[in-house]
Amino acid sequence: MTIAALAFYAFGITVVASGLLVVLARNPVHSVLWLILAFISSAGLFVLLGAEFVAMLLVIVYVGAVAVLFLFVVMMLDIDFAALKAEMAKYVPLAALIALILMMQMALAYGAWTTSEVADRLRGAPAPAPAEMHNTRALGMIIYDRYLYLFQAAGLILLVAMIGAIVLTLRHRTNIKRQDVLAQIYRDPATAMELKDVKPGQGLG
Amino acid sequence: MDELLREYLPILVFLAVAVGLGLVLMLSAAVIAVRNPDPEKVSTYECGFNAFDDARMRFDVRFYLVSILFIIFDLEVAFLFPWAVAFGDLSATAFWSMMVFLVVLTVGFAYEWKKGALEWD
Repeated sequence: MTIAALAFYAFGITVVASGLLVVLARNPVHSVLWLILAFISSAGLFVLLGAEFVAMLLVIVYVGAVAVLFLFVVMMLDIDFAALKAEMAKYVPLAALIALILMMQMALAYGAWTTSEVADRLRGAPAPAPAEMHNTRALGMIIYDRYLYLFQAAGLILLVAMIGAIVLTLRHRTNIKRQDVLAQIYRDPATAMELKDVKPGQGLG
Repeated sequence: MDELLREYLPILVFLAVAVGLGLVLMLSAAVIAVRNPDPEKVSTYECGFNAFDDARMRFDVRFYLVSILFIIFDLEVAFLFPWAVAFGDLSATAFWSMMVFLVVLTVGFAYEWKKGALEWD
């Protein structure tokens, strides 16, 4: 067995095991940590496939940002998990029904699965060999003009996400003193203070 | 392909060493260390006191806003990488499509700045 095959099995087993533990962990924060392990191991799998760029994106975006977001969501929910577990039995029939429907859908999809006749050709055609063209460069050659509409749609989705997050979560407190940098810069002694000549024994009447 | 993987071999070795060292340290602590607890030893003592309530307190939603804005600009930069790497061979369409993409996100950035989402309070 070569080192690559060994690494593949190690990463693959880690992905499956940590994915399982994401679901099985009792503490949701532990679930997020297992999810991070799953992301990192799948980044290893992508490297083994030769998709370096996707692997690094997985580490930067998913481990660096999405996992942090999940942690925030878990911390923000403020759920009493003991109380939640206690009334879990009430929802078991509904959950079983949903699981059954999902399994039937998957079975249907699997039964209707056919391979397109152009699939082999498509798989062979677009990717240049890693030796002659770097993976990131190969992506850069096609994303921006061949998939122009998808690329622009991605930009618009990011814009919508940005505006949506701001609209939904931004609440400015009203009775609070904020820092106004320009006002501070343009403040000078002439307008900011006043010298008073106080006579002894009299005060500022 | 093999050449590419060979470049990653040092990382794999580092990963194996890190995992191995972590396991060795934890297992040796479990096996070798002297463990002799009694109720006084494991109790909260001296400057410590028992926790008042659950440490899992609620986060302010503003943290979420900061992290989601971070993800969005993270993704924007992720799109810039292949563009920059292939820059010499890009067509004019590719160049201008990235410019449009950047302008769209700059509109969002201006909106965010104007709304004061970048300020903490």
